[in-house]
Amino acid sequence: MNSESIKKTAQLAKLALSEKELAEVTDQLGLILQHFQKISEIPTDNIEPLLTPTEIENFWREDVVQQELSPEEILQNAPLSQGHLFKVPPVVG
Amino acid sequence: MSSNQYEAVIGIETHIQLKTKSKIFCADATNFEASDNENASAISAGMPGTLPVLNKEVVEMAIRTGLALNCHIRKDSVFSRKNYFYPDLPKGYQISQYDKPICENGFVEIWLNGKHQKVSITRAHLEEDAGKSTHFGDYTLINLNRAGVPLLEVVSGPDMHTAQEAAEYGRTIRQIVRYLDVCDGNLEEGSLRCDVNISVRKKGQQTLGTKVEIKNINSFRFIEKAVEYEFERQVDAVESGQKIIQETRLYDPDKNRTFSMRTKEDAEDYRYFPDPDLLPVILTDEKISSHKKNLPEMPSVKMQRFMSQLELGESDALFLTSEKNIADYFENVFLESNNAKSSANWVTTELMRELNSRNVKIEDSPVEAKRLGQLIQLIDKKTISGKIAKTLLIEMWTNSKGPEEIAKEKNLTALNDSSQVEKIVQQVIDDNPDQAAEYRSGKTKIIGFFVGAVMKASRGQAQPDLVNQLLLEKLKGP
Repeated sequence: MNSESIKKTAQLAKLALSEKELAEVTDQLGLILQHFQKISEIPTDNIEPLLTPTEIENFWREDVVQQELSPEEILQNAPLSQGHLFKVPPVVG
Repeated sequence: MSSNQYEAVIGIETHIQLKTKSKIFCADATNFEASDNENASAISAGMPGTLPVLNKEVVEMAIRTGLALNCHIRKDSVFSRKNYFYPDLPKGYQISQYDKPICENGFVEIWLNGKHQKVSITRAHLEEDAGKSTHFGDYTLINLNRAGVPLLEVVSGPDMHTAQEAAEYGRTIRQIVRYLDVCDGNLEEGSLRCDVNISVRKKGQQTLGTKVEIKNINSFRFIEKAVEYEFERQVDAVESGQKIIQETRLYDPDKNRTFSMRTKEDAEDYRYFPDPDLLPVILTDEKISSHKKNLPEMPSVKMQRFMSQLELGESDALFLTSEKNIADYFENVFLESNNAKSSANWVTTELMRELNSRNVKIEDSPVEAKRLGQLIQLIDKKTISGKIAKTLLIEMWTNSKGPEEIAKEKNLTALNDSSQVEKIVQQVIDDNPDQAAEYRSGKTKIIGFFVGAVMKASRGQAQPDLVNQLLLEKLKGP
């Protein structure tokens, strides 16, 4: 993992990293990746990929409507709102 | 060089809003007319600590649609997170499917230039819709009613080459999802959305050109126009030595042109990974085959059956299978009348005219299929004439009795009794000696005058065949 790919990842995650943080994170993520590199050395030929670690096959709900919160309640934590809508900074294109 | 040395390569992504009552991962309602944020909850607002739970009906609808599109249904499909930031996507990721979509490798048959043509379906995957943003320059307003509404995204192969194919493909997908009753297919309200990918290349060339995506075109006619415009634009660009930029464009129907919305400079990096909040969807063969058994007959199959078994013409078969409700109605008329050709004629012309002029849907027709079938039977038995039948149809609109009963009440049954008709015919000849003489002198065309006069005298109830026959007999000899 070089600092360029870390920068790209940080950008995608909308994170601003200082030069110091960048160096720190590059080292840390490098170690994590090394660890996974090691795991991937384990021979897995003839082993089916694991789809899920649980024994539960399906967990689903019936198609039933339920109103949990009113529009007033759903907007209660919003820093800004207008009418019953969330108000956010302008979105460019 | 001109554009006819180039061909377009077109693939279409269709977002089908599944007609469930509640959202894909929570119990919020999905009704279009809800007031602002009425259908939002902690889950659809992406509050920390909430967990999605899959709506069973969504899976059922996806299986049905996949089967109707001749797809392979995966017995293990997986939800993944598609990561990007946009305010109408509160979690910062959209739950979608990536490498294991629920439906793969299918095809649809579209009807074009008098024959069926296959278009491949690469995949169809489930995902949640985002909320709706409305932009006001220095701020944006967000409504989360649509956030979490279930979508099935159907991706076609890059198999199409003309604007007509693209539009017909769109119409066919709409027709199929309406047959299945999994989507209302309303393009204006956005319950069916088409994104068209188009590139151009020299004919005979195997490699693909750079593709441009045209988003959210809200009618099939506009798909046709947008593709035509975009094809010409790209050919012009290539011809004048420009490079096609990979971008998203929008179609403006007023100006009939496409314009750039955003360029996709770096390939978007959505960092998909399996959503740990959701289990894989595991399906059994039994479930899939039971859906397969219960699938309605698809429009392309039905159309072929109407043409081969019922010997209907192409345009009748095409119209009658355009909507499931029309096809069902027609089949019920036929069941009663046992006359396919007449049933088709009456449904496509007389009934449709009345329905359209009154703005009534066929499933709400006050003249039920059974009674229309009985009406056709009365014509075939020569109890009434076709002309009377038209009058009866209007009468039946407001009178729920059987057509035969109404005909009797209104004294509208045909005169089949030849002695009665004979009397009228004789009377008409006696009343018009000059015209009779003319006929006998060889001006046989005047028979039309007599037919008209007899029909008028019988108030349209005489059988035209019988009238003709009697007139010929009576006018022959002195």
